[in-house]
Amino acid sequence: MPLRIRTYHELTEADRSGLGAQVGAQRRRVAERLVPVQRIVAVMSGKGGVGKSFVTAHLARALARAGRRVGALDADLNGPTLARLLAAAGPLAVTGGAVEPVAGADGVRCVSMAHLLEDGQPLAFKGPENDAFIWRGALEAAALRELLGDVAWGALDVLLVDLPPGVARLHELLDLLPAPPDVITVTIPTVESADAVRRTLHAARERSARLLGVIENMAGPQFPGDAGDTLAREFAIPLLARIPFNPGDAVWQALGGRL
Amino acid sequence: MKFLCVECDRQMTFEERRLPGDGTLAAAFKCPACGRVVGLLTNPMETQLVASLGVKIGGSTIAPEPLETIRSQVSTGREGAFTEDTPRTPHSAPHWSSEAEARLARVPTFVRGMVKKIYADYAKERGIAEITPAMMDTARTELGLEGM
Repeated sequence: MPLRIRTYHELTEADRSGLGAQVGAQRRRVAERLVPVQRIVAVMSGKGGVGKSFVTAHLARALARAGRRVGALDADLNGPTLARLLAAAGPLAVTGGAVEPVAGADGVRCVSMAHLLEDGQPLAFKGPENDAFIWRGALEAAALRELLGDVAWGALDVLLVDLPPGVARLHELLDLLPAPPDVITVTIPTVESADAVRRTLHAARERSARLLGVIENMAGPQFPGDAGDTLAREFAIPLLARIPFNPGDAVWQALGGRL
Repeated sequence: MKFLCVECDRQMTFEERRLPGDGTLAAAFKCPACGRVVGLLTNPMETQLVASLGVKIGGSTIAPEPLETIRSQVSTGREGAFTEDTPRTPHSAPHWSSEAEARLARVPTFVRGMVKKIYADYAKERGIAEITPAMMDTARTELGLEGM
């Protein structure tokens, strides 16, 4: 006679570990921390080297100069550059059970993995190296969760989240936030960039993120193409800016005015 | 993850957790009806995966510290990355024995402030006046502080 074994959901007695409840508490911590944040805008691209962090930093500064309360989270855990671009040097103060962001240029409140890593060192974790591919992704997602939920972002008009290339971190962000963020996409003019960025735009739209528009960075004769116009047309979203090499303040001010 | 005593058809309850230091996580579960105890053993990869999720088998009695997973798991953390706030009521803080202070001093500064607070909170919550290496071992096991 086969053993009768109840299913997981049929076990209703108290569960001291409460792993599901622990994960739920983590999510609530993020949601509660972000209550004073009016708007979250993810800056993403499917392609590396298009200037996402450069755009994020200057957009943040332009918004701050226009009187907005701005935070900037560097979600590029493996190649963090936002702290340097915003001149936001650590250390990070731990106060009242939360980490205080560092006030950088124009008062933008920034937290980056660069604040946490030794100069020149990669993001590396303790643990068995042979199986790192299994748990590294989970640890990076946990790190992103903590940078959202354990930082005292305070009352902000906008929190810009600078995402790394690709779509993985966008999915993690979407899983962590109580509601999908707005999304700005950065491309360079080339057709190759359009190919990569198109994929992330589809991913963002499929997850119900609101696409604010496309920024074409490094516009000029160095990079032939019209990726900005192409993507804007395909997704029926605005081309927010066409940014040349060495843009002046007026370019950023105009971009900030469109958010 | 739950454990069922099939013979009694009763859910087993968490008893205790141990971290022997070789990457194993050992947790004991007991049947409330027949008293049978079984051990859950995870290999280092599985232990790390649990830690990666930021959860603790058996639960925890103290609130998580800010950036706890990052601080406890990153091996390339910056020395002096944090400035920690000091307790408002230092007189009520537990006393650290010299042996416990020496052990704490061996913890990298990237994680030291957080570890110190975790042990202090653990002691305060239980009315322990002095933090000793033995108490640190107990807390480490009870709280699942693998890697700290």
